[in-house]
Amino acid sequence: MWTVVACLVPPLVLSSVVFGLQVLLITAVSVASCMAVEALSQKMLGRPVTVKDGSAALTGMLMAFIIPPGVSFLIPILGAVMAIYIGKHLLGGLGYNIFNPALLGRAFLLATFPVAMTSAWLPPLTDGVLFTYFSGGIDAITTATPLAVMKEQGMAVFRETFGSPATVYPTFFLGLRPGSIGETSGLLILLGGLYLMYRRYITWHIPVSVLGSIAALTWIFGGDTLFTGDPLLAVLTGGAILGAFYMATDYVTSPSTRTAQLVYGVGIGALTVLIRLKGGYPEGICYAILLMNPLSTVLDGWFKPKRFAPPLGGEK
Amino acid sequence: MSAHLTFPKGGVHPPEAKELTEKLAVETMPLPAELELILGQHIGAPCTPVVKRKEEVAEGDLLAETKRGLGVPLHAPVAGSIKAVGSSPHPIRVSAPSITIKTDPEAQAPAWEAAVDWHQLSSEELLQKVHQAGIIGIGGAGFPTHVKLKPPADTPVDTLLLNGAECEPYITADHRMMLEKAEEIVEGAKILLKILGIKACAIGIEENKPDAIGTMEAAVQKAQEPGFTIGVETLKVKYPQGSEKQLIQAITGRKVPAMALPSAVGVVVHNVSTTKAVYDGVVRGKPLIEKVITVSGRGINKPANLLVKIGTKVQDIVDFCGGTTEDLARVVLGGPMMGFAVSTLDVPITKTTSSVLFLSEDEIDTTELSNCIRCGWCLEACPMGLEPKEIGIYVEANRAEDTEQFGIFECFECGSCAYVCPAKRPLVQFVRLAKMKAKRS
Repeated sequence: MWTVVACLVPPLVLSSVVFGLQVLLITAVSVASCMAVEALSQKMLGRPVTVKDGSAALTGMLMAFIIPPGVSFLIPILGAVMAIYIGKHLLGGLGYNIFNPALLGRAFLLATFPVAMTSAWLPPLTDGVLFTYFSGGIDAITTATPLAVMKEQGMAVFRETFGSPATVYPTFFLGLRPGSIGETSGLLILLGGLYLMYRRYITWHIPVSVLGSIAALTWIFGGDTLFTGDPLLAVLTGGAILGAFYMATDYVTSPSTRTAQLVYGVGIGALTVLIRLKGGYPEGICYAILLMNPLSTVLDGWFKPKRFAPPLGGEK
Repeated sequence: MSAHLTFPKGGVHPPEAKELTEKLAVETMPLPAELELILGQHIGAPCTPVVKRKEEVAEGDLLAETKRGLGVPLHAPVAGSIKAVGSSPHPIRVSAPSITIKTDPEAQAPAWEAAVDWHQLSSEELLQKVHQAGIIGIGGAGFPTHVKLKPPADTPVDTLLLNGAECEPYITADHRMMLEKAEEIVEGAKILLKILGIKACAIGIEENKPDAIGTMEAAVQKAQEPGFTIGVETLKVKYPQGSEKQLIQAITGRKVPAMALPSAVGVVVHNVSTTKAVYDGVVRGKPLIEKVITVSGRGINKPANLLVKIGTKVQDIVDFCGGTTEDLARVVLGGPMMGFAVSTLDVPITKTTSSVLFLSEDEIDTTELSNCIRCGWCLEACPMGLEPKEIGIYVEANRAEDTEQFGIFECFECGSCAYVCPAKRPLVQFVRLAKMKAKRS
């Protein structure tokens, strides 16, 4: 688990440089409160305290990555209570939670603090001075995220705000755009995810099926007419990369067999695109993963591993 | 030499750790003062003693025989007097009925000359000799060899496989046997072929034993004889390559159906050391009274490949091998993957003990288990395509009786799942518990 946390440090550092130290602070609060809530919950429930395994820290890190960096510190603390106490320990503890705790925390916060959770974005620091937000006080600036602009104002305004595709792809990929930490710096998040794959913590099945289906379905349905959508933009915007590599691959809440993982990934991709294009929110991957989470065990039941050989006379 | 073979599904690559003993020639351990012979050495019913306390016996004399059910007789490994017919600590069953012999140090051991020309005997007579020599699968399974040599009439056998994979880490006993007794193993293979009434035999050896592959190939070449086609197959290094079903699939491509015997696909598998014991039993008239074991691990001062009498106690082996080191943490009978940790050095070697491992702190993992996080690594590792994680979760939830759906009875407890488990869950123990409870219900 700590390795996964470490993989998230480079994008965090980049985000702090781009958006200022507020990002580091909000992440620290989120990680610390998740670990504290884990220890307290386990004490209260009379279970062995396992904060050291890093899973609560990872939840905290991921939750910080998917909330706007300009929110009040109270928000990640409340999120931690929802994610760890209710979402994880009341549902049975490590290994038994049905939903991804970090996403559950975010969904709860989005429902409870709809304004802060959709507006407290920070614009990139153009002068790159690290201490702007320390000296000038923390003042969240309302800046719309690319997906929100695209959804609410259309592609033309999007081009006006963020530039033509040629300039948009690299800036989005590198992370120079408003958004939560996990929605920016796609490159570093991707590199971390690839490292996890190299170390065999995760396999290609879930990330590829999630991103592949998002790209394919956006290409088909995302444009004004069929087959004119922008698949690359769909993958680079929002939390697609973070969701595909770090959220959807959570061991506990995803299926275990390879075939089930592919079906699960495509399900997430399809729901993401559906919510993005037809739903009320600009970004759908959070809810897409939460909706697929409870199906994991069902999918595992459908796609069981193949036995070495059937018994004589066929299956019973 | 054909392409390197292996089984396609699952498997793991634990550190081999064979360098401690693979270059050490087999040493004969001096006779211990006392031997403890467990009456149930094999799978099946334990033997009934035919000797009484204070009786004098010579090396090779019958000590106990099977009165009913599956089994093989047990012979005196040394000359001496019967000290007790009682019970002894057992590596798995805690305590088991046994016979204790006090060694007579003055007695002259028989020469066990190669006196019989097996070609002159009928396959029925050969089978009889194998049975009388008390031979069982000494690779670890402990299944009476003569039973495997008489496959059911409705499943004719066409291939004999000799298992020289020795895929368990540390163990080098079969490796040394193949290097030092290659000709006798090949001769033993011919005896097995004659008993089975077939021609084809393949000897499977993992590629980490190139010297054994070379030696066995030379021995096979030298011993060519009309009516027998014996070959050596090189196998990839992958655990559990030496499991019967995996070995059969690697070499013949045939899949033994669930819950069926290898003869269902026309194959019989014997371990190379068992084959050597067959040679001894038939040609030398020498029953199975001693065996080569590997004494290894960083917790023993002098690792070795030792020829020991059946019934030698672990304590005597420790004394012979220069004692244990200070950081000794665990003593295991058998390999690190499938063996059993023992809590006393008072346990005796049986016919199926292939090694005694003295593992130091660095060689074992004592991380505490945690909850299953459903990572699915055990599904990838399981060579049988089972679901170890589900079995563990069910057993923990007190629903062991409901685990048959996950194929517990197809599990041969190779431990690949537990080896890869990041939560350090004792999955093999869960399976054993599940099997016990499922049988009872």
